[in-house]
Amino acid sequence: MEYRIDAGVRYAKTHEWVKVQDGGAVIGISDYAQNKLSDVVYVELPAVGKQLVAGTACMVIESVKAAEEVFAPVSGAVTERNALLEKSPERVNTDPFGEGWLVKVKLSSRAELDALMDADAYRAYLGTL
Amino acid sequence: METKLHAWHVANGARMVDFGGWDMPVQYTVGPREEHLRVRQAAGLFDIDHMGRLELTGPQAVEFLQRVQTWDVSRIAPGRAHYGMLLNESGGIIDDIFVYHRPDSWLIVVNAANTPKDTAWLESHARGFDVALRGANADACMIALQGPAARGILQRLCPETDLASVGFHHVRDCFVAGAPCILCTSGYTGEPGYEIFVAAGEHLRIWEALLGAGAESRLLPCGLAARDSLRAEACLPLYGHELDETTDPLSAGLARAAVSLTGHDFIGRKALAALALERPARILAGFEMVDPGVPRPGYQITNGGRQVGRVTTGLFSPSTGKYLGMGYVEAGIAEPGSGITIMIRDTGKAARIVQRPFYTSSHWR
Repeated sequence: MEYRIDAGVRYAKTHEWVKVQDGGAVIGISDYAQNKLSDVVYVELPAVGKQLVAGTACMVIESVKAAEEVFAPVSGAVTERNALLEKSPERVNTDPFGEGWLVKVKLSSRAELDALMDADAYRAYLGTL
Repeated sequence: METKLHAWHVANGARMVDFGGWDMPVQYTVGPREEHLRVRQAAGLFDIDHMGRLELTGPQAVEFLQRVQTWDVSRIAPGRAHYGMLLNESGGIIDDIFVYHRPDSWLIVVNAANTPKDTAWLESHARGFDVALRGANADACMIALQGPAARGILQRLCPETDLASVGFHHVRDCFVAGAPCILCTSGYTGEPGYEIFVAAGEHLRIWEALLGAGAESRLLPCGLAARDSLRAEACLPLYGHELDETTDPLSAGLARAAVSLTGHDFIGRKALAALALERPARILAGFEMVDPGVPRPGYQITNGGRQVGRVTTGLFSPSTGKYLGMGYVEAGIAEPGSGITIMIRDTGKAARIVQRPFYTSSHWR
């Protein structure tokens, strides 16, 4: 199975991605993660202002199979939620690196980004799973 | 355990999961939502070879069936099939079953995971009856073809049988692409369709012949995830969810579908008759979420801060675009329109009781 790997983002081992953008960061899940979830039917996003802590569960994605926790790949306060997912949660499946983004955050620490994988490292990591 | 079609699923991109001890396809590459919608709009093909089959023969087969299950089999003519249940003495549901009246035998189809339990229970009650009970899974491969296009697809492969003349829950011997099959107009999706017992050895050829005959009609192989969401929209119960030994056919709202309360003296009848005089304390109800969210089996149902029931099935319904569920609730609030709350991860989400089923096919004729 070939998974899409966006070259412009950084990846956590738990298959979330982060993209630095306009001084903040966008968070989503990878193509591999959405594929493993199967059809996404509901996304429970954290409230604007909520402080995410890297490595801890911060929201829930419900697929046809089960409710799965999403782990924050970086720490930061939520500045925006992807409102599109309320009506169209399936965008997480169809466009995980684009319209299927989850939240935007104000990064607490840019150093946390260095602990994440780039596209090549993530591709190699997927090869070990 | 593996069905006879296991290798085909693996070779064709299925995602496999354990289901009651069987390694089954949960979905193929297009995914559950698309498979679900295809069955509603065209047709889907399901491997249901995991279903348990028992063949019953002997001079006292009818007397035995009247003792061990709830439907009065004197009302099942040869060539017909009917839904029924195995109950314990207190009316609890051991399994829900289908009984087929064959020319020289009866065929009992039971839930896959319950097959050992049912077999042992039936055998224990067979003492004293002149009957023989035999596991029949090896005889045939069980396949379901479901959806509005099912008849047209199957008709291409059985030119000798006029499928339009085969009524609902009729059982017919026929040849499908030259292979001897038992055909039943039945299913578990809420759409018209067929459950087909294909003579073992011919199953792979027939599975592929069906897919070939259905290609123009956009037939898709479908996995257990779609099977589950389809049956849930049609409010067909699933053993282990809506039904178990702590539930009874009256509370489950299945008395009319599964039980003949006047006539034969089946195990559990006395308990059911007593229960029928009172109103069941809890009733299986359907609900839709007012606040979005996915109800999952086991979640609490509350009303005014008090627990009034539990969710047995929940889903996002591809056909209606709603989050729906079923659960047992106190009889007083089981009426459509009642407001309830579903506790999802410690947060109360508003829902309301609605009429069942959630979905009725317009394709029945």
